[in-house]
Amino acid sequence: MRRVSILTGEIDPASLINEVSSPQYGAISLFVGTVREVNEGRSVSAIEYSAYKSMATAELQRILDEAEGRFEVSALVVEHRIGLLGLGDVSIAIVAAHPHRAPALDCTRYVIEEIKKRVPIWKKEHYTDGTREWVDPTRAAQPSGA
Amino acid sequence: MATVTVQLFASYAELLGAPAVELPLTPGTTVKDLLYRIRALPGASSLPSAPRVAVNRSFAASDQLIEPSDEIALIPPVAGG
Repeated sequence: MRRVSILTGEIDPASLINEVSSPQYGAISLFVGTVREVNEGRSVSAIEYSAYKSMATAELQRILDEAEGRFEVSALVVEHRIGLLGLGDVSIAIVAAHPHRAPALDCTRYVIEEIKKRVPIWKKEHYTDGTREWVDPTRAAQPSGA
Repeated sequence: MATVTVQLFASYAELLGAPAVELPLTPGTTVKDLLYRIRALPGASSLPSAPRVAVNRSFAASDQLIEPSDEIALIPPVAGG
């Protein structure tokens, strides 16, 4: 079971766990990224996510291919939401299942770190003072939030 | 003359004021040549020195040749997750 999806509807992490769940696996690792209320000291009210959807899907597939090769995790699902998300909304969920915990944990970590480097998805933060700005992780060192 | 469409996203689309630009394409044009032509467009002077370019939905090297049928995009710094 391998699947990637870029969607506008809500992400339900529990359904992703069900999707990979199987008696052959003794470990399911779930990473959930949510919209945080403060970034670099600025008060955030919402985040607008956009994507180059066809390439983002292709790049996610490539990351999953690599992850499967590295960690022998074949039960792996990634969902990324785009559109306008409010505080606390789930922007991404990654779930990996494996007979043992170390590959499952390492796999989710690998996938989120690669997504942050390579997948063409962007976010524009909306601040409580009414201003908006594109997030550019290359511009300055930022806290490594989700 | 053949042309190629370059898709723009996020901050780059705002800088150039459009979701895509169409440029003339001469034989032997590379990714680097295309970037040089994009830089001459209004608003493009604020682009970084070496923006990432995707050809057919994969990141491309600066010396990659561009064909008229290629799907080209400029990729601003990504911020998914």
